[in-house]
Parts: sequence; C-alpha cells; structure tokens
Amino acid sequence: MAGTQYRGSEITDVDQFLKDAGGLESEREKEIGQHIGYRYDVNLVPDYDRLTPFLAEYMEVMGWDDLNWLEDVHMGYEEGMPAVFDRNINGWVRVPDSISLPDNQQDRDMIARELLVKFQMSERHPLVALRKVYMKF
Amino acid sequence: MASVTDQELKQMSQEERVTAFGMRTEQLTGRSLYIEFEEDEGSNFTYPWAPDVDFNKRVEIDADEFDTTGANNKIRELMEEGYGTIVIKNPRGKHSLGVGILSRLNLIIEGSTGYFGVGLIDGPNVRINGRVGWSCGENMMSGTVLIEKNAGSTFGAAIRGGDLVCRGSVGSRTGIDMKGGTIIVGGDTGALSGFMMQRGRMVVCGNAGKNLGDSMYDGTIYVGGEIQSLGVDAVPAELTQLDKDWLTRKLSQYDLMPETGVDHFTKVVAGKQLWNYDNLEPNEKKLIL
Repeated sequence: MAGTQYRGSEITDVDQFLKDAGGLESEREKEIGQHIGYRYDVNLVPDYDRLTPFLAEYMEVMGWDDLNWLEDVHMGYEEGMPAVFDRNINGWVRVPDSISLPDNQQDRDMIARELLVKFQMSERHPLVALRKVYMKF
Repeated sequence: MASVTDQELKQMSQEERVTAFGMRTEQLTGRSLYIEFEEDEGSNFTYPWAPDVDFNKRVEIDADEFDTTGANNKIRELMEEGYGTIVIKNPRGKHSLGVGILSRLNLIIEGSTGYFGVGLIDGPNVRINGRVGWSCGENMMSGTVLIEKNAGSTFGAAIRGGDLVCRGSVGSRTGIDMKGGTIIVGGDTGALSGFMMQRGRMVVCGNAGKNLGDSMYDGTIYVGGEIQSLGVDAVPAELTQLDKDWLTRKLSQYDLMPETGVDHFTKVVAGKQLWNYDNLEPNEKKLIL
C-alpha cells in the first residue's frame, strides 16, 4: 500500500508525522536535522478501488486510463500538519483542520490528489498571477 | 583566525570548525509558503486559461504549409476553436513540434519529428506514428505520449509526470534528471539511462547499455533484458509483488506486456550513498565565497 513505507524508516502509525512534528526518523534525517517530507515511497501502486468521484471524473475528462501524474502525489506532512507538495509552486500546501483525515494513507493520498487538482486549476493558484506577468504565448 | 591553530582545526568537528570561524550554524528548513487548501475550492479539471475543447471535434493540418512556430501556433488556434483532436500530417522531422500544450487534447502526428518534440506539455495525449529525435517529451508534466517507432537520445529528459512510451528502442541518457512520471521503452535503451534520476519510474523491456542509473538519487528502473553495467550508486533491489502488479498494469495499458510476464525483470534503485545533504552547507558556501 502506498505511503506505508518511508525512505530509510518504517512507518508504524498513519499519524506518525502528525504526532511527531519534527519527524526526524531515519538516520539521514537525524544527521541533517531535517525531515525530508517529500520522500515517501512513490513506487507503489495507488489503490484504484479508493478513487474519489472527482478523481474518476478527472481521469475521464483528461482521457487517461489511470491517475497519470497524480500517481506521484501523496499526503505528506509539514511541521506536524498534513500537507501536499505542489510542484507548480515548489512548496507545501497545507490541509486545513476543517478537512478530516481518514485513518489510512491510501484514502489520504486520494484526498491529497483531489485537493491539489482543485487548487492548481483554481484562479487562486499563484501560477495564475505568474502567468499573467510572464506568459510568452 | 589567529586564535585557532591549524592543529586545533583538524581536531574539530565540522560544526565546531564553522563556529570557530565566527559563523553560526543554520538549520535548513523546507521552503514554506503557508498556503492552505480551501474546502470549497471549485471543481475545475483544467487550468483557468485552458480552452474548452471537445475530443469528438477533429481536424487535420498539413505541416508542410507551416514552419515549426507556425504549426505550433496553428495547434493553439485550433484548440481555441474547440478542436480536441488534431492530426498533423507531413511533420517531416520538424523540431520542437507540439511543445508547450498545457491542456487536454488528442494530438496525432502522422510521421516523424525532430528534436525536442512535444516537450513541456501538461495534459495532452499524443500519438506519434513515426520516429522522434533527441529529447522527446522533455520536461513533460502530465499526459501520455506514445511513439510507435524508435527515439533518439535523452528521451524524456527531466520529465516530471505522465507516461512517455516508446514502442521501439531509444538512444542514450534516457530519462536523464527525471523527477517523476513513467518512461516505458519497448526495446533497448542506450548508455547512462536514468542518469541523475531523482524520482519516477523507468521500464525497459529490452536491454540497457552501460552505466544504468548512474548517480541516481531516487526512483526505480525496471529492465526486462540484460544490463551491460550499473552506474555509480545504482543497485539491484528485490522485485516485490507490488512492483509486478504495477508493471503488469502499466505494460498492458500500452500493449507492451511481454509474453513471458514480468517476473524476470530486474529492479534497480539508488544505493543512497550519494545522499550527502548537509545542514552546514550554507556556511561552507560562505567560506568558499
């Protein structure tokens, strides 16, 4: 199951990085004093039985047979808060408290993918403003 | 530093040495924009600026009538008119064809393209019936690209997402600096494939050349045939049932599933000996500068 393994250490609790904001788990993290938050094992398959209706429709609209780029997207944790890494802004976007987290990583990953697509496709995304300023064509 | 002798410096740890030079240590932290999702964000499937196209609305253009820029502008123009399926005839090896498409689209290229074809794309599904030159799908963000014949070197350079598939063989440095997504090669791949790979997955159904996965930081490479040699810090790993399931699904999706299955594939990952992140790095840079 995706997200149950973490580079250099085993995740024993789905809330591990919520309880331990520092998240210094692996030897490498202890050495550098920094949680490497985006290094979840992305090589494992998402559970397609847990697709949200939004993601199923997204795949259909885009004409894809699977989640495509979203297979690389997972729920991560920044300073003890659930967050998703947005490659378009090279930063974490936090999940607000009002969204309750399921008790397993697969469902959390699906929520992360849905939130990220909705955010990237919204007028609120920083890329919209950047595009207005820098777009070439 | 007159108060610290060379002998004392040699006996110090790196952190003590930096402090002795009068510099404080800095803890590196992730870049944080402190942006939060909103629960009622809206439900768009495409970027706000993306044209509303219909896959059932099809048009053909003859690339002979345009130079590369003209052909790429024509594609955008047709997308603005709502065409969701665009067929390009007579590409005749034009370079940089079909680049920078940031929306959903079915793009069919009937022939071969030159270098940097369909680079920088984010969303479209592309099928190329011929061959492609260097760096096809370079910096691809999402979507699918299927090439029916062979591809040149640096296939999928710096790809970040999506599926980039070549049914034939590809040149050297396939997936150099790849940061995500999936590259699938139906035939063989050349030397230094997966060089400086940071994330994502590469599948080679045939053989791989010298120095496979050289200096890879992360990601996974699967090879169905022979590997001439592994590069620096690339190591074999156990092929798990999850790997097999994923390979079976992905290869079946593009009709590239070998008759013998996927059990014989070799999995290659990073040995992590090059993970030399250091929280003193900024100070070391200051020392040099």
